[in-house]
Amino acid sequence: MNPLYIIIGLLVLVGLWILFTYNSLITLRNRVREAWSQIDVQLKRRSSLIPNLVETVKGYAKHEKGVLEEVTKARTALMGAKNPHEAADADNMLTGALKTLFAVSENYPQLRASENFKQLQDEISDTETKVAASRQFYNTNVLDLNNNLETIPSAWVGQIFNFKKEEFFKATEEEKADVKVQF
Amino acid sequence: MFLFSLFTVGVIYIIAQGFGYGEIGGLGITGFALILAGIMNFVSYYWSDKIVLGISGAKPVEKKDNPEIYRLVENLCIAAGLPLPKIYILEDTAPNAFATGRDPKHGVICFTTGILQKLNKEELEGVTAHELSHIGNRDTLLMSVVSILVGTIALLSDFFMRSMWYGGRDRDSKNSGIFMIIAIVAAILAPIVATLIQLAVSRRRELLADASGVLLTRHPSGLANALQKISSDREPLEAANRGTAHMYIINPLKGSEAKAWLAGLFNTHPPVEVRVKALREMEGKV
Repeated sequence: MNPLYIIIGLLVLVGLWILFTYNSLITLRNRVREAWSQIDVQLKRRSSLIPNLVETVKGYAKHEKGVLEEVTKARTALMGAKNPHEAADADNMLTGALKTLFAVSENYPQLRASENFKQLQDEISDTETKVAASRQFYNTNVLDLNNNLETIPSAWVGQIFNFKKEEFFKATEEEKADVKVQF
Repeated sequence: MFLFSLFTVGVIYIIAQGFGYGEIGGLGITGFALILAGIMNFVSYYWSDKIVLGISGAKPVEKKDNPEIYRLVENLCIAAGLPLPKIYILEDTAPNAFATGRDPKHGVICFTTGILQKLNKEELEGVTAHELSHIGNRDTLLMSVVSILVGTIALLSDFFMRSMWYGGRDRDSKNSGIFMIIAIVAAILAPIVATLIQLAVSRRRELLADASGVLLTRHPSGLANALQKISSDREPLEAANRGTAHMYIINPLKGSEAKAWLAGLFNTHPPVEVRVKALREMEGKV
């Protein structure tokens, strides 16, 4: 048995291993991107509901300009968000603004009774759940990728090919805090 | 799973040896049994959704018919990264649910009207996540492969025992004796053992689906409460029979759930207490 063959054999094995690891890292990264586009779909759907909501509220509660402006501003920020970090911030801002809006709307019985408003409120709270769900899926995939990029030996391959860790999509401070019910 | 494959190969080998001394080619008949079991199970795997729904008589649900359950499934699917399965409702007051389909794209999830009425949203989420995990873990595929192997063994034993009546006389008596005895014993025991292993696999997958479901909802008590509620409901599900029992979230054949260890080996599902205990232990950790 020629030692040369053994060395060649080992090199081939290492090469194959690098190939497979590289492929699996690519798959993981693509999954993260796909998961991100899922969040994007839900965020777009959510922001497309906002103008309608603003119009409806305006019809009943003209004096709540500040709240409405806040909502519109958050929506614009969300539409312009370019990366997960910005989108997360804008989305959290929008969630907060909407919460105030819905709280304020409690003072307008006519608004609350409006069928259109009810439907919009329903739709918006549903997209909120969907954003949360797609966020969970995204974070699961980010966790998968980051684990692979941080643990040895796949981390070596990640370094060779310059893979970057992805960012988690974080929940708001409000969402993380315990809910306190006040009477 | 690995042990099971090993077991199957071993049994097939022994029985084939027994055949080998007869006048029919041992490998030929083994191949025939494998193909026959393969075809039978492929049909039930490939059209699993249609067959099961046909038997149980469930009706499909659109978003407008029942927006609550539709949205609940939709949201959990997004979190699991699965395509939306077809949602069916079975007119039955006994609370239960099942999922099937050959791959996530052909997934089907079915609820009884009873489960929709008796469980609250959190519990329904737990149940849905469990069923979606079955789809995501491709349990239909796994169980089909297992039953192909079990079916092969059963058919093979059957062929072998039948062939004994005809081909027993003119064989070479020098070394076939021991193999014949082993083969006969194997032919009798193998189908039983194979079924036991199949049921054990089924129980493992239930526990796995419980765990993956919790990973989706992050809320173990939802599923735990649901399991307790469903199991304490003594109403039997009319549409279920022995053939479809393994697919439901809880064995729908009430009263057949045996407590003893030996009888426990024949259950398609782990005992509810075990599942609930495992879920309660997860609480606070996710």
